[in-house]
Amino acid sequence: MDFQLMGQILPFMAEASLLTVSLTVYSLVIGLFVAMIVAMGRFSSVKPIRWVATAYVSIMRGTPLLVQLFIIFFGGPQFGLDLKPFSAGVLTMGLNIGAYMSEGIKGSIIAVDKGQTEASRSLGFGRFDTMRLFIFPQAAALMIRSLGVNTVILAKSTALVSTIGVVELTYSAQRFVTSTYKPFEVFAVAGAAYIVIVGAILLTVRGLEHLFDAHRKAAA
Amino acid sequence: MSFDFSVVWSYSQLLLTGLLWTIFITVLAGSISILLGIVIATTTLYGSRIASLPMRGIIFLFMGTPLLLQLYLLYYGLSQVGIMLPAFWTGVIGLGLHYAAYNADIFQASLKAVDPGQMEAARSLGFSRGATRRYFIIPQAVLTALPQVGNNSIILLKDTAVLSVLGISELVLDAQRAISETYRPFEFYFTAALLYYVVNLAMEFMLSIAGRKTEEIR
Repeated sequence: MDFQLMGQILPFMAEASLLTVSLTVYSLVIGLFVAMIVAMGRFSSVKPIRWVATAYVSIMRGTPLLVQLFIIFFGGPQFGLDLKPFSAGVLTMGLNIGAYMSEGIKGSIIAVDKGQTEASRSLGFGRFDTMRLFIFPQAAALMIRSLGVNTVILAKSTALVSTIGVVELTYSAQRFVTSTYKPFEVFAVAGAAYIVIVGAILLTVRGLEHLFDAHRKAAA
Repeated sequence: MSFDFSVVWSYSQLLLTGLLWTIFITVLAGSISILLGIVIATTTLYGSRIASLPMRGIIFLFMGTPLLLQLYLLYYGLSQVGIMLPAFWTGVIGLGLHYAAYNADIFQASLKAVDPGQMEAARSLGFSRGATRRYFIIPQAVLTALPQVGNNSIILLKDTAVLSVLGISELVLDAQRAISETYRPFEFYFTAALLYYVVNLAMEFMLSIAGRKTEEIR
């Protein structure tokens, strides 16, 4: 092992990992937004809205992320969507992970006792207010874990954006390998950086779960 | 806006060949991931600590880093240590190893979920500890793990697309070949996505039948 080389590339890899983190964060924001809309769509009283939401989840989860990325980045200009690699990546990953996250949100909303809806509705609250004021806050604690798992998957899938030229961790690592011919040293540094990012996400999830549990215990 | 899907027809043979390779890779890598997953899970649970600790570390590393990075490491790393493997096999093995970690995680949980009474019953009937595991515990655990392992295989199908980056001929790379001749990226990537979706639905269908069959066995 060439530890000197590892030390030399460390600052560059640290910079690249900042790009990986920002890819993850931007995609996460879009993903959560998409997921909320899709999850609400699946509980809509209008049938076509439910169909569209279900089809969206099925198609996004049924095709490879890499192909979705290529459709938007390379195919986008054909229908007037000319995006920079970073934006194309964030948009695709957000749309993709949103479909996965909507499933977790849907599951935890279903898991909330049906009696809660009945009670709120019989007190005169509308469907939307019932969801907003009573069902969603209770479901929020239940969805943290699945959203966290999906965020880990998201962070790792940012590596695919290297294929359209975003200089994030994987792209930088590959460039250093082709210039130094030291794959083990370079990929060890990159791998460690991913482990740190994933670890930070898992710790955040644990912290959030703890927070919500504490609140539930205080309320009980 | 100008789409012309008629051009896709003249490349249908190329795309279908690519699709067959994608399915072939899925079957190969899927088989590796399941068999190796069982081996890793049983070693971590039943093996000595010397064998199980590094295995746990490997599962953690494989699950905590991107598939593409692992594929690159294998691709560049193997030739570095003097192992010359065709890109195709590097890709298949990389994909198989990655999902072996995920499957091992599932098998571990299902092995632990088998009722301890099964061990007691078999032991009192005179079966050794090893034989009980081989003939009673592991088969039951594999059956309970089936739905989730099937799900992983569907995710694996979609990740075969990543192998195109290593220059391995499958659906995405063949679509790219057609695009380089026609300059019609949207049409070809869209068609590729459609083909993946059809295979995906077929796998989901087979999985639901298999799920019903295992319910009958249990």
